[in-house]
Amino acid sequence: MTEQTSSATPMIKATAVNKYFGDLHVLKDITFEVPRGQVVVVLGPSGSGKSTLCRSINRLEPIDSGTIEVDGQPLPAEGRALAQLRADVGMVFQSFNLFAHKTILDNVMLAPVKVRKQDKATARKTAMELLERVGIANQAHKYPAQLSGGQQQRAAIARALAMKPKVMMFDEPTSALDPEMVQEVLDVMTGLAREGMTMFVVTHEMGFARKAADRVMFMADGEIVEDTTPDDFFTNPRSARAKDFLGKILTH
Amino acid sequence: MFDFLDKPLYAEYGGILGAFWVTIELTFFSAIGSLIWGTILAAMRVSPVPVMRAFGAAYVNVVRNIPLTVIIVASSMVLADQLLWTLGGSDSREISFRVAVLGFVAYTSCFVCETLRSGINTVPIGQAEAARALGLTFFQVLRIVVLPQAFRSVIAPLASVLIALTKNTTVTASIAGIEAAGLMAAMIERESDKVMLVFAMFAVGFVILTLPMGMFLGWVAKKVSVKR
Repeated sequence: MTEQTSSATPMIKATAVNKYFGDLHVLKDITFEVPRGQVVVVLGPSGSGKSTLCRSINRLEPIDSGTIEVDGQPLPAEGRALAQLRADVGMVFQSFNLFAHKTILDNVMLAPVKVRKQDKATARKTAMELLERVGIANQAHKYPAQLSGGQQQRAAIARALAMKPKVMMFDEPTSALDPEMVQEVLDVMTGLAREGMTMFVVTHEMGFARKAADRVMFMADGEIVEDTTPDDFFTNPRSARAKDFLGKILTH
Repeated sequence: MFDFLDKPLYAEYGGILGAFWVTIELTFFSAIGSLIWGTILAAMRVSPVPVMRAFGAAYVNVVRNIPLTVIIVASSMVLADQLLWTLGGSDSREISFRVAVLGFVAYTSCFVCETLRSGINTVPIGQAEAARALGLTFFQVLRIVVLPQAFRSVIAPLASVLIALTKNTTVTASIAGIEAAGLMAAMIERESDKVMLVFAMFAVGFVILTLPMGMFLGWVAKKVSVKR
């Protein structure tokens, strides 16, 4: 089935997605496509639904109506097929979510061994290369609690990359970090973007959006209000809500 | 003062050490069984399948509210006496032992389940989400990420469950005189001039059994705790 997918198939395709939390309509008729290789940054005030959208793409949040396709495949319902699809979608969380009882190396090796059924030696080798790449190979045998936030988040990125994902989702990856650690994580992400990884990044880092993004989606109140290039968005926002948002964050 | 212990009457219990050894055996097998069945119940109670959750909740809420004596006596009378299940035992002593273990497992697993469930709640939900996002199945998430951390955080409370189980094995005396409490009952009947001594002996015996359990598991709990 996957053989049918061509470079023309969008990596992510969402059509008329709606999601409610009780009475709250958090995603309103969201439709968009992300072509492969594109780096999309999703901006917007808190409560605008951008995290929910990010989490719905690998069904950590089930949606109420509409369809989401990843690389041409509609999201399956809960079960083995969904697990397989998730294996191809890397996810990085705000709170790192490393497995606290396992070393950094074991965190990175776990899914390749348990999900991809790689042998341990291969998985270990790949894991060490990835840890090297994100600059924390010397921390491989420590436990998550022994690392700084920035190091933990880089380990989490390595853990996601170890599955060789088709697309990487970032849900506010720097929001829980001390300011001095934000840059080291953004550097890793910028490197990934340069290598052509398809990325869907929910963030408040305007610098990253300007520098590394191909496209900015601005969300407010559960809708995509603007969908344009970073340049265009920052210099020429069209909607009042985007102007208001930029006014609040760019003045200080 | 302790001469009465040598009476041949008590020899069928294997003396006081023999009786306590049966208590230890009862506790051991019941603990292993409760741990397994309790873990399965806890997995049911957190599973995404509504039928499983309902079964787990119903089982725990019904069984833990039935007095243990009722469970043990009913198991013995219904399973062994009426349905004639031997559970693989060859004589009445063995059958009573196995029926008792079955009853203790059925009962104690409820407490293991609830303790473990509180341990599962100490594992940040984000770690389970991260594991799911990596493509692990529900059972893999539970087995590899959630339960190992949950167990480590509930070793101390599980020690209390184990101590309670050890003392609960005395209920076996209501179906057969094979363990410490059975021997105690026999002695109380016959050594009416030494009841205080008999009580004290068995009380001390249980403390000798359970005190090290609590201390050892407390030490283990500290040793394996997950740093956050």
